[in-house]
Amino acid sequence: MAEELLDIHLTLMMPEILVAVMAMVLLLLSAWTHRGGTGVVHWLTILTIGAVILVLQAGEGAAATFAGQFVIDDFARYMKILMCLGMIFPIIMSLDYFRGHAMDGGEYHVVALFALLGGMIMVSSGGFLILYLGVELMSLSFYVLAAWRRDDVQSGEAGLKYFILGSVASGLLLYGISMIYGVTGAVSFREVAAFMGSPAGHANQLLSLGVVMILAGMGFKVAAVPFHMWAPDVYQGAPTPVTVFMSVMPKVASIAVLLRILMEVFVVQHAQWVPIVQLFAVLSMGVGAFAGLVQTNIKRLLAYSSISHVGYMFIGLVTNTQAGVQGVLVYLTIYLVMTMGAFGIILSFDRQGLGEKISDYQGLAHKQPLMAFVMAMFMFSMAGIPPLAGFIGKLNIFMAAVKADMVPLAVAGVLFSAIGAYYYLRVVKVMYFDLPEGSFKVSVSGGGFLIVTLSLFLTFLWGILPGDLLAWTGAGVMVFHH
Amino acid sequence: MMVAEFVFYLFAALTVLSALGVVGSRNPVHSVLSLVLAFFSTAGLFVLMGAEFLAAILVMVYMGAVAILFLFVVMMLDVDFAQLRRERVRYLPLGLAVGVVMLVELGLMLGHHHLVEPPVAAVAVDNTLAIGQALFTRYIYPFEVASLILLVALVGAVALTHRERKRLHRQEISQQLARTREDAVELRKVASGEGA
Repeated sequence: MAEELLDIHLTLMMPEILVAVMAMVLLLLSAWTHRGGTGVVHWLTILTIGAVILVLQAGEGAAATFAGQFVIDDFARYMKILMCLGMIFPIIMSLDYFRGHAMDGGEYHVVALFALLGGMIMVSSGGFLILYLGVELMSLSFYVLAAWRRDDVQSGEAGLKYFILGSVASGLLLYGISMIYGVTGAVSFREVAAFMGSPAGHANQLLSLGVVMILAGMGFKVAAVPFHMWAPDVYQGAPTPVTVFMSVMPKVASIAVLLRILMEVFVVQHAQWVPIVQLFAVLSMGVGAFAGLVQTNIKRLLAYSSISHVGYMFIGLVTNTQAGVQGVLVYLTIYLVMTMGAFGIILSFDRQGLGEKISDYQGLAHKQPLMAFVMAMFMFSMAGIPPLAGFIGKLNIFMAAVKADMVPLAVAGVLFSAIGAYYYLRVVKVMYFDLPEGSFKVSVSGGGFLIVTLSLFLTFLWGILPGDLLAWTGAGVMVFHH
Repeated sequence: MMVAEFVFYLFAALTVLSALGVVGSRNPVHSVLSLVLAFFSTAGLFVLMGAEFLAAILVMVYMGAVAILFLFVVMMLDVDFAQLRRERVRYLPLGLAVGVVMLVELGLMLGHHHLVEPPVAAVAVDNTLAIGQALFTRYIYPFEVASLILLVALVGAVALTHRERKRLHRQEISQQLARTREDAVELRKVASGEGA
């Protein structure tokens, strides 16, 4: 017992501790200061996440603590920084949204911080038990956030739908974990991987069943296609800043987990999971491309768009190579930037109660040429048109697929991205070639302006000079030795 | 040994049957009561394995608190049972088909494989001590994360349901103490004959 107690190095989990402690401090602060404290809590949240990014940035090397239940390495650090950015950007953009919608914001930030903490725990998990707890912490926080505008019927519906379907997914995940525990008698990744490498682990069908269940559970969390039904409704119903959280943070966390367990733990089951993830990839790209064609609501459109983006990332996952993993990391980073930019524009509309329908953007170019141009750039980037960053993301993924002898998958990806381009371009067409009905009252907040400008800059920079991005992700990829 | 096996199969069968009752019964109240029975027979299985503490917790927390809370919720919600029944008929064939396929697949797989033998309690420490030692040493990290999950559930439930009542009269002790005679009492000289 005593020696196990010694294996606790809290300094390794400074970022997590910082988030947890600050979340609780802010909870007390928002309880004491009542309504007036929202602004203070808002800025303290931004400061906290900023500090966490700095701490993560400074860390180096790989280590584990709590008997291997907590793992930190370059890959985990990169994913955590992505998640922090995925949380801090919407928070910077959304202070005005709160004022505009008279939402009480103190506890909102606390729950958002807990969601971030759950994601960080997932990324650093070294066993199935702690992985499940991380998933639950993150999901539970998101259920609450989705329903935050409780007087709004759609928001309530979104929260409830997400909660019920999410619980089913958690159940599947747990069921899979219990299968694996039943066969191997272990929950830590290292022990399970060792068992699977042994003769008893080869071709054990129960283990495969566990793998499939875990894939289904995680597939739900990223909204990959047979498990995507909830995404459009929840994205549409949730308050827009929460939609921004949901379209980036959980996906980063879940894809990080999938990369880790598929490539490090379920190595022997390779032949079983590759076809499944391939199916997920093709279906996600297909449904994302075709269902997006008929959408009239821009949040729903971006939901389908995120489904197809997940499909592309799964191609990188399937290749099971370092190049594929790097493709996924690059794609995730670029996806984060594009999504933040596009939602930044949507948020600056949303304050007037406009901006939900695609038709709200009719003739934007005639009244607000700059804004229409920026939105058009993000749409082009999402469609994967060079020389914007979205193109680089897709290119890396397809190159990795070709190198891994998965040409049909790469071809399918190119075809679906061509179909998907139609609906991104439709938004551009509505803005540029339709005539405006009435006037636009657009006011971009300072924070929104900052984030949109930064996103636009990065979209151009990484589209033309992706060297830096490739170098950053390269370090994270080295964790996977194959 | 025979007795233990007989009791095991009794509780196992009870668990499965009552679980079927949870999903199958027409009346939600019966569903919750079946759930209580399922919890109870699982507790019986725990006792058979020598885990009395877990069994006691299951009875107290799940049966005593969770299931009864469910019961309150089910009884207070105004659910349109006729509507539910109609919908069930609509989705029954598909749901049944999927369920049967999955059950057969599971049966095929389970038929050929054996699970790891459950670890037998070799140490001579009692249940509560063993669980406490495991929770607060080896599993302290998951334990703490679980407590954070409960905190989020608590904060979320309050944040989503709490409403500030504007017309509520609250006692503000500081204001009461700060009241002076000048604030509270007004003396007026009323001329004789003019008072109401």
